[in-house]
Amino acid sequence: MKCQKKKYRRRGDRRSTMSAEVPEAASAEEQKEMEDKVTSPEKAEEAKLKARYPHLGQKPGGSDFLRKRLQKGQKYFDSGDYNMAKAKMKNKQLPAAAPDKTEVTGDYIPTPQDLPQRKPSLVASKLAG
Amino acid sequence: MAGAGGGNDIQWCFSQVKGAVDDDVAEADIISTVEFNYSGELLATGDKGGRVVIFQQEQENKIQSHSRGEYNVYSTFQSHEPEFDYLKSLEIEEKINKIRWLPQKNAAQFLLSTNDKTIKLWKISERDKRPEGYNLKEEDGRYRDPTTVTTLRVPVFRPMDLMVEASPRRIFANAHTYHINSISINSDYETYLSADDLRINLWHLEITDRSFNIVDIKPANMEELTEVITAAEFHPNSCNTFVYSSSKGTIRLCDMRAAALCDRHSKLFEEPEDPSNRSFFSEIISSISDVKFSHSGRYMMTRDYLSVKIWDLNMENRPVETYQVHEYLRSKLCSLYENDCIFDKFECCWNGSDSVVMTGSYNNFFRMFDRNTKRDITLEASRENNKPRTVLKPRKVCASGKRKKDEISVDSLDFNKKILHTAWHPKENIIAVATTNNLYIFQDKVN
Repeated sequence: MKCQKKKYRRRGDRRSTMSAEVPEAASAEEQKEMEDKVTSPEKAEEAKLKARYPHLGQKPGGSDFLRKRLQKGQKYFDSGDYNMAKAKMKNKQLPAAAPDKTEVTGDYIPTPQDLPQRKPSLVASKLAG
Repeated sequence: MAGAGGGNDIQWCFSQVKGAVDDDVAEADIISTVEFNYSGELLATGDKGGRVVIFQQEQENKIQSHSRGEYNVYSTFQSHEPEFDYLKSLEIEEKINKIRWLPQKNAAQFLLSTNDKTIKLWKISERDKRPEGYNLKEEDGRYRDPTTVTTLRVPVFRPMDLMVEASPRRIFANAHTYHINSISINSDYETYLSADDLRINLWHLEITDRSFNIVDIKPANMEELTEVITAAEFHPNSCNTFVYSSSKGTIRLCDMRAAALCDRHSKLFEEPEDPSNRSFFSEIISSISDVKFSHSGRYMMTRDYLSVKIWDLNMENRPVETYQVHEYLRSKLCSLYENDCIFDKFECCWNGSDSVVMTGSYNNFFRMFDRNTKRDITLEASRENNKPRTVLKPRKVCASGKRKKDEISVDSLDFNKKILHTAWHPKENIIAVATTNNLYIFQDKVN
């Protein structure tokens, strides 16, 4: 994030030396952003996004996206953890996963019941109906 | 034929719609691929539930030539099933990512279907006769007591109701660590390629226990990963040539005669970008979601988030034609990023004569661009226009300002209604357009 801001400032500095008509009230950075909004809807959208998510990664479309894409389908169920917890609990209730089933890692122990059932479709496609 | 010359534009009419009417769409019913075979007589669809449905065109009624034959269900089968890789704790979806037909060599039809990890060769064959008059078996299959047989007869084949059977003939498994996005059959009709995010493999259709790796872009250190393979296709005529596209908007053409491992491209197609226009979204929207060679083999078409580009294989530094699909979305990129729509992978296709290209958009709209007249049209796949031979009304999206009558404003577009998969009959003006869970077939008006 810091790097990005510096980039803007540098561009702004250049612009302020080039143009003699820069109003003293608006900083060079603000002026560049205003110009960008007019000339590029894309940059305006980027500004909107940065405003909503200030911690968004510096490398857009880079490693984060790609790694997430490559990791699609990862489901975490450790049968060792599950059986250990079951053994400890004995008569008590089986350990249950957190209500949020999307992130089943860490302290929560997923149960076989909580992992979505993956059965093949027994029903014929409706396109064939 | 489309683009036969100047003069009449094609008038598209509704022909058929397949699938359930209800709004509540089961995940399994989401259509994930659509493909005509070489003759156009067969149309295959794959869905998220791992099922394949094949439609066959009726023989044309020569007397009533109102329209070309309708497509009716020919065969349906479960191609892939959900799996769980226990070793890697990975769920393997049964969703059919691609279907590719083989050219017909005998009475049976063959197609390749793939999910994220496994490619299967399916044989679809017809049975319209059955043997009758066995000496040792009753008609219901029960065995006769041989001592009761007094005379012998020769069994004969008698006609029966047509039965279409699909059987898996080859299973090509365990060759991909990452998710398969493309399969493409070589013009030698003996080999095919399969591409995942980082690697491309070459297979022989007869051999399932071996596969050659021809492209590997996996970096030694995964932290250095900057781009992935998004699509790959063999050249329609040159059996040594294939292309693959990347998430960074580049296309590499490789020649298998140059080296066994085609990591070094023969040609790199990339349009230079104006660095002052660069934004957070630039790379994401430049990611190519589909690449298709023209039938002639001279051109290739790529689809990125906002446009369709036609490249001449002889010119690497820029496309020869660029068509804006939905430029009005450029000022909505922030919301499209938040709802993940910016990552939608649209496909594109050529018509039989390479004169018109088609691709999908949101709100169940799809777009066609005529390369000769430079005219484009936006149509909608909707049950509202479902009277056969009704000409579809062109649609228009109003980007900003005053909305004219019959126009739709960008903010009213339904981004859940996306047309990602379309297909064009190889010879006729018949198109198949897949909405989320319905398949529409449109034809041009036949007078």
